[in-house]
Amino acid sequence: MDISTVHKIKANPKYQKLVSSRSSLAWKLAILMLLVYYSFIMIIAFNPSLLGTPISNGITTLGIPVGIFIIIFAFILTGIYTNKANKEFDTLVTEIKEDLRRDDD
Amino acid sequence: MNRFLILFLSLTSFSTFAFAAGDMDMMGNRDINIAAIVMFFIFVGATLGITYWAARQTKTASDFYTAGGGITGFQNGLAIAGDYMSAASFLGISGLVYMKGYDGLIYSIGFLVGWPIILFLISEQLRNLGRYTFADVASYRLSQRPIRTLAALGSITVVILYLIAQMVGSGKLIQVLFGLPYEFAVILVGILMIAYVAFGGMLATTWVQVIKAVLLISGATFMSLAVLAYFDFSFEELFKGATEVHAHGIEIMSPGGLVSDPVSAISLGIALMFGTAGLPHILMRFFTVADAKEARKSVFVATGFIGYFYILTFIIGFGAIVLVSQSPEYLDPIKGTLFGGNNMAAIHLSHAVGGDLFLGFISAVAFATILAVVSGLTLAGASAVSHDLYANVLFKGDVDEQKEMRVSKYATIGIGITAIVLGIAFEKQNIAFMVGLAFAIAASANFPILFLSIYWRKLTTRGAVIGGSLGLATAVLLVILGPIVWVQILGNENPIFPYKYPALFSVTTAFVGIWLFSITDNSAQAKKERELFEIQDVRCQTGIGADGLMSH
Repeated sequence: MDISTVHKIKANPKYQKLVSSRSSLAWKLAILMLLVYYSFIMIIAFNPSLLGTPISNGITTLGIPVGIFIIIFAFILTGIYTNKANKEFDTLVTEIKEDLRRDDD
Repeated sequence: MNRFLILFLSLTSFSTFAFAAGDMDMMGNRDINIAAIVMFFIFVGATLGITYWAARQTKTASDFYTAGGGITGFQNGLAIAGDYMSAASFLGISGLVYMKGYDGLIYSIGFLVGWPIILFLISEQLRNLGRYTFADVASYRLSQRPIRTLAALGSITVVILYLIAQMVGSGKLIQVLFGLPYEFAVILVGILMIAYVAFGGMLATTWVQVIKAVLLISGATFMSLAVLAYFDFSFEELFKGATEVHAHGIEIMSPGGLVSDPVSAISLGIALMFGTAGLPHILMRFFTVADAKEARKSVFVATGFIGYFYILTFIIGFGAIVLVSQSPEYLDPIKGTLFGGNNMAAIHLSHAVGGDLFLGFISAVAFATILAVVSGLTLAGASAVSHDLYANVLFKGDVDEQKEMRVSKYATIGIGITAIVLGIAFEKQNIAFMVGLAFAIAASANFPILFLSIYWRKLTTRGAVIGGSLGLATAVLLVILGPIVWVQILGNENPIFPYKYPALFSVTTAFVGIWLFSITDNSAQAKKERELFEIQDVRCQTGIGADGLMSH
């Protein structure tokens, strides 16, 4: 790819939209994941007995649903990103390529 | 080539059988499980059949390294899961839950949460920028030789450490399961993995991993359902049963002493999360799919299966506390621990819930698991040697493709033999630190360079090489001076570095080092590298210019 093509692509508003919407979604979800995981780690480091609190006077502790929740949460986040990226971002990429091809003709 | 494969197949089968039969006469104390051996043969036969088929499809370097980019997102997701769910995580984590209860879940979560981060920040970027190895991406706009040398060094170190851990684990496991001598088991694993990789390349490796993932997930699902059925599908009853019989009682329901202080907790978290994103055999899997879309699907599918699998290992561990720890037939009468060690909890549980036949199935699956993981590792190591060191460092990319492929096959054999020799040499050594060290190096050398090369315009070759080397050296040094190697292995009284996990310090060192030596780099070379970022970034964002996308 030569530098003039690069400038042409970068000048395309669709490209700017692609870059900004992808990086905003990716970083938001990444920070969310880090926040949830490191909160969990911090509780283990500073207040582990919190996770050992029994739920409704049984044997099962709070830590069990919290742990399972983090696993499911991680999966859901990957689903959100994949779904949005495969629809919106890939459509934008296809359009950017179309625009480029039209310019070439 | 194919004639060799057939010859080799008949040789291996014959010798395995001879050994198995011989042991039956000699040992007698551990019964030979015929079902296990039959199912193991079916697996080996099927995978060698696939290897034969794959060898005929594998003609170009792209076929060999990436199966021609023709793997679908779903298949690749299963293969990633197959790559990642090693025997260490299946037997190790269920064993950890068996021993310590809740602490096992903490590990599982750490191993899983790296995946969303990989998806959001590096998976499609890798696909858009690279061809065969992650060094392609790291050296995209930087100086090829130093960056590739360092990346290959990081990859090979990680691969060898990981391989030793897998080989030693597999030797011991097979010894217990099939009654084969340790050395023979290690050699058998080594020869099979060389055959898969050298003949069948990425295509065979992928299918071995896919088959293994399906078998492992089915087996673990069956075991978990059997455990839950025993407790009328009530988790409360399962936990109640476990706390009643476990030596630590109710304590197994909360975080224990495994992660004791904040620094260790954070450091372990960093190693698991960023280490996953720096493992060469995992990164390589993103080059086997056609485009960014399939790369994303791969991670989505892989995260689902891996997460599901970790929930199963938790149920299996708790199930083993109730169903295995109380049955004398699974316990060593002298030591009172499980036969074959606590890592055998899942294996014994399979017998408890499904009898000899299911034990045979799970044993064969455990073996398949080891084979799939070591094959992926070997292929990643061989690619680092042939594609990075041989083709690009030694010959500056000017090398015949067929020749490069031949070198990668020699490298496969070389790495296989190294793994066999080290696997035998380390039989009696404490290898617990090796997977941890592999993750620490991946997190401290590979990941920072890869991540910053994608996202940071100001990165220069000087910064990446110095910072990456500092990260690598810090990780190795702190592991040696830490409690496991310095105290437990070398026998010193007190560790010089007090923490078990160095990642917090070594990853920070790497990032600071890369940053410092990049921003102070004012050379003409550095200026050029920063200017190239623009081109790289557009390709990274759109995939334009990546393989096959610019055909017009």
